[in-house]
Amino acid sequence: MHLKTFRRAARDAGLNPYLVEMANIREQCSWVHHDREAATAKAIEVIRMTVEKVRRNHALEPIKVPLTPRALVIGGGVAGIQAALDIADAGHEVVLVEREPSIGGKMAGLSETFPTLDCSQCILTPRMVEVGQHPRIKLYTWSEVEDVQGFVGNFRVTIRRKARYVDIDKCTGCGECWTICPSKKNLSEFDYGMGMRKAIYIPFPQAVPARPVIDKDDCPRLKRGKGCGLCEKKCAAGAIRFDDEDRLVEEQAGAVIVATGYKLYNIGRDQEAGLAGYGEYGYGQYKDVIDSLQFERLVSASGPTGGELKRPSDGATPRTVVFVSCVGSRDNAKGLAYCSKICCMYTAKHAMLYRHKVHDGEAHVFYMDIRAGGKNYDEFVRRAIEQDGAQYHRGRVSKITGEGGKLVVRGADTLAGVAMTIEADLVVLAAAMRPADGVRRLAQMLNVGYDENGFLSESHPKLRPVETNAAGVFVCGACQAPKDIPEAVAQASAAAGKVQVMFNQGELTREPEIARIDETNCAACFTCVRVCPYTAIERAEVRSPKGTLIKRTARVNPGLCMGCGTCVAVCPCKCPELEGFTEDQIYSMVMSLA
Amino acid sequence: MSMADQPFEPKIVAFVCNWCTYLGADLAGTNRLEYPANVRIIRLPCTGWIDFNLIIKAFETGADAVLVSGCHPGDCHYTAGNYHARRRWMFFRPLLDTLGIDLNRIHFAWISAAEGRKFQQTVTEITEATRRLGPYMNYRKIVEASA
Repeated sequence: MHLKTFRRAARDAGLNPYLVEMANIREQCSWVHHDREAATAKAIEVIRMTVEKVRRNHALEPIKVPLTPRALVIGGGVAGIQAALDIADAGHEVVLVEREPSIGGKMAGLSETFPTLDCSQCILTPRMVEVGQHPRIKLYTWSEVEDVQGFVGNFRVTIRRKARYVDIDKCTGCGECWTICPSKKNLSEFDYGMGMRKAIYIPFPQAVPARPVIDKDDCPRLKRGKGCGLCEKKCAAGAIRFDDEDRLVEEQAGAVIVATGYKLYNIGRDQEAGLAGYGEYGYGQYKDVIDSLQFERLVSASGPTGGELKRPSDGATPRTVVFVSCVGSRDNAKGLAYCSKICCMYTAKHAMLYRHKVHDGEAHVFYMDIRAGGKNYDEFVRRAIEQDGAQYHRGRVSKITGEGGKLVVRGADTLAGVAMTIEADLVVLAAAMRPADGVRRLAQMLNVGYDENGFLSESHPKLRPVETNAAGVFVCGACQAPKDIPEAVAQASAAAGKVQVMFNQGELTREPEIARIDETNCAACFTCVRVCPYTAIERAEVRSPKGTLIKRTARVNPGLCMGCGTCVAVCPCKCPELEGFTEDQIYSMVMSLA
Repeated sequence: MSMADQPFEPKIVAFVCNWCTYLGADLAGTNRLEYPANVRIIRLPCTGWIDFNLIIKAFETGADAVLVSGCHPGDCHYTAGNYHARRRWMFFRPLLDTLGIDLNRIHFAWISAAEGRKFQQTVTEITEATRRLGPYMNYRKIVEASA
């Protein structure tokens, strides 16, 4: 408990702190034994053991590891943007990788945000522009992290720049290409299929960078290898590259922030193993049963309907809308056990936005519980109910069927104790939040843990909320757990703060009580390599000055070893030694008890 | 009073991890939770460090019982050291049995930094159980026979 205090005192007095050991005769002796004689005898033995240990201690110096003061941020949503800007504003370089054609993430597609009804794009796009123009941020969009090698302070990252078919350095973003493109009927990913886009497109007008990408599956020229090419003819800058290919680039970084965000639970019938889906809700079967992100696009002023609420099937204004919360969340039978945390709030917002657009319309909300913890959150839900007239029914929806142009929603109001049938024009399902696709592979690449739902594991749920068990790798945003924008932003700034603390040291200082391997005796069985939880032991080769292979050996990377000593126990020839806990020390302690 | 009239006081060696059980023992102290003075605690970074030779060495130096205690499953400071310790125990148990080592004298526990009371209870129970078993004379006989 107090070892650190006394080691610090020794250091202040000019002694090497690692020569200090504690004989614990207070907490583990005098305070717990009332038999004075027995306690004294024990104290003597404890001191004798500790003397045996301390006389074998070595003077150790903290290990210094060089550091590349450059951060890799994976994911360009609001969390990644915040983290990148914080680090770059603090004076360090950032490499930001985003797999979509533009940064902005999910937030860029939202209409208005709770609990203030700020226009989402109005508050986000200036931050996106800052990222695009920042002299210390290197932005890779339409790119994915392919491989990560190295360790804290010195990661080598391979990034796949997917073929864009547009030279973004030459392109001026004038827009002639996507105006002339004849391939119009392609579902827009950014609008979640609620609108159309061209084959050459920017996902939304404020995209950063404002440079288009060609979808090779939609472009007639790329599909057939000949014909069309109108964009190429029209482009005055000569930026169209039909022969573009994926390219791999390598970047160096000292720290990594993962901010890969979320996707929505797939409501339809086709599911991953362990999930059942909600076929009875008719999602994917009825055009007017949509999920919450699709609804965001329908009510967004920049959305496919220009902010006028028109239902997808026939463009009519819906007179009755039913919102269903907890679709996939808190459902052990068909979905996921956890609460997605944000749905109560955005469902209240949806009901509110609907009533603002259709004053005489009816908004019904089916809910399990209303979880509105947060600053001004419960007030917001009360406002939806009391001022904007949203009708809340506590209960689940059992079935949605289409009958004569209407959607018949059957459910229950368990507070009133009645079965309910509502004829609706539009149904919005608040689907659960899940980690984005590909996050498991990324986690394995970075040696970061993840839970049974695929969310990345923080190092400690309370005291180390943005660190991971992989040194130098941090998490923020919805890749760690479902969370709303303010929380994601706060966590992103926290992760950025941790990175700055690391970078401001100039070099990494590591505890010297770590393992080292006697390379002369190592038989290269590499059992230690397999058991090391930090991948801190590498397979190394000893070569002569001429380069001839003398032997293979295991070798500890002092930048990664955390000093657990698991390698000590598994080695058949006793080659690893853990400083501070050498076998000589521990066996001498035991033998002093004879 | 001669030595023979004294009740038998066993010697118990506890190998504990730095992050959970050692702090649990400290917490027992801060809360003044009394337990028998028979236990000698040896602090290791993690139970994953422990090799079975160490347990045999403890018996060789006269221990009547050994306790190995670390973090609860899933709580290891080093992610998985306690799982390694448990797996090693499952593997070596029949071997130690074959060698003639009394498995009733080797105890495993998960005691967290918050479980001062559990530490007190565990040590008390082990001490009482070992008192009932008596001194580990058989091991001393094995040592003498092999000498």
